[in-house]
Amino acid sequence: MEINFTHHQSAHCENGVVSNLMKFNGFEVSEPMVFGIGSGLLFCYLPFIKVNHAPAFTYRSMPGFIFNRFAKRVGVKIKREKFSNPKQAKARLDENLEKNNPVGLQVGVYNLTYFPDEYRFHFNAHNLVVYGKENDNYLISDPVMETVTTLTEGELEKVRFAKGALAPKGHMYYPIDFPKELQLEKAIVKGIKNTCKDMLAPVPIVGVKGIKTVAKQIRKWPKKKGVKVANHYLGQIVRMQEEIGTGGGGFRYIFAAFLQEASVVLKNEKLASMSKEMTEIGDLWRDFALDASRIYKNRSSKSDGYNNIATQLEVIADKEEVFFKTLKKVV
Amino acid sequence: MKKSDVPQDKSNLKSSGFKELCYAVDEKGEYTTEKSTGWEPKTIALDNAMEDINERVALAKEKVARNETSPIEYYMELAKMDLPILASYVGMWQWRVKRHFKPKTFAKLSSKVLQKYADVFEITIEQLKNINNGN
Repeated sequence: MEINFTHHQSAHCENGVVSNLMKFNGFEVSEPMVFGIGSGLLFCYLPFIKVNHAPAFTYRSMPGFIFNRFAKRVGVKIKREKFSNPKQAKARLDENLEKNNPVGLQVGVYNLTYFPDEYRFHFNAHNLVVYGKENDNYLISDPVMETVTTLTEGELEKVRFAKGALAPKGHMYYPIDFPKELQLEKAIVKGIKNTCKDMLAPVPIVGVKGIKTVAKQIRKWPKKKGVKVANHYLGQIVRMQEEIGTGGGGFRYIFAAFLQEASVVLKNEKLASMSKEMTEIGDLWRDFALDASRIYKNRSSKSDGYNNIATQLEVIADKEEVFFKTLKKVV
Repeated sequence: MKKSDVPQDKSNLKSSGFKELCYAVDEKGEYTTEKSTGWEPKTIALDNAMEDINERVALAKEKVARNETSPIEYYMELAKMDLPILASYVGMWQWRVKRHFKPKTFAKLSSKVLQKYADVFEITIEQLKNINNGN
């Protein structure tokens, strides 16, 4: 059986799943709109969590938060289910497909066979939609892929029950109740205020302060950690920033796209100019990644290089601080 | 980023036949999306990360040969795992898994425990005991 579901490629998986499920249910909501209303933008440095033998950096809020906040702010109800038993998880999935209901699933990336090898890490917060089943194959709409794909029953079970940090435990979700009409205005304002609050949080590892902390650390890395580790850590920052799904520049461009769309909905000209500013900040993040890559490409340990990119990060942090303080007042 | 500046560099994405979506502005300053085949700074970072894993695997292999660790550590590295991830997959405490890295302890493991590891790594017990078997 196959549900009449339209696949749209998106930059990021969670926004993409939400946007695609909303479109299936007759609501035109773009990916940046979901990201902005769900307050997806963030910066967080988690030195106590090691991912792939380097500290964790994230440019977005916790998995699941975007959809939850989005749903709450526009008045959509979501049903979420987790399972301890894979058989039950499969039965519930099949039930939904038979009822013509495409569902979102949280899955682990490592066993997604259609991903290129260097993207297959033990990362458990990827999202995709299942929209049907043909014989033993589930029909999969993975938002970051250009086209739809399939997974066998065995393969799907494996990714739904991946283990480790953020284990999905068969997590399945779908919207069950919608408002008559989507009221975006208030939701947009809430989303923006929330993002400003997060980015300006008085916590040394979060938001603008988090970026400054990382800049300080970068200056210390070559001496403290040695060339190899320092280069590895830098690579980790760039990979997280430019990971498939960020839309480029650590989600800054998606956020700028959201501000542009929001300026039209709210008829607020200032938001349009804020969007331009955010694009420029996104470009600075790209420059930072480019210069960081020159260091690890040449396996250089010259502290000049490290100091230079640390300074770049500090400039970005200062700009974002001013930006979010202004943005808070614009809406 | 301008739409015309969205990088189209060579990467392994391209050989796997997919492009990723980037957000960029067109000539009128309106946001739009553009597909990208890859960006060199990211490709280098990814290649380095893969190289790092290969080095870890090679090192673990040498350690197994010198009888300094058990094949479990080798297969763990091969599966891009670390101790917390492996412990979570086999459903044991981390300290217990770490003990199983000791060749002496490993030699005494029951076939039931060995099977757990073999299942996670999707190999046979024979392959688990001898890393040169079937590889």
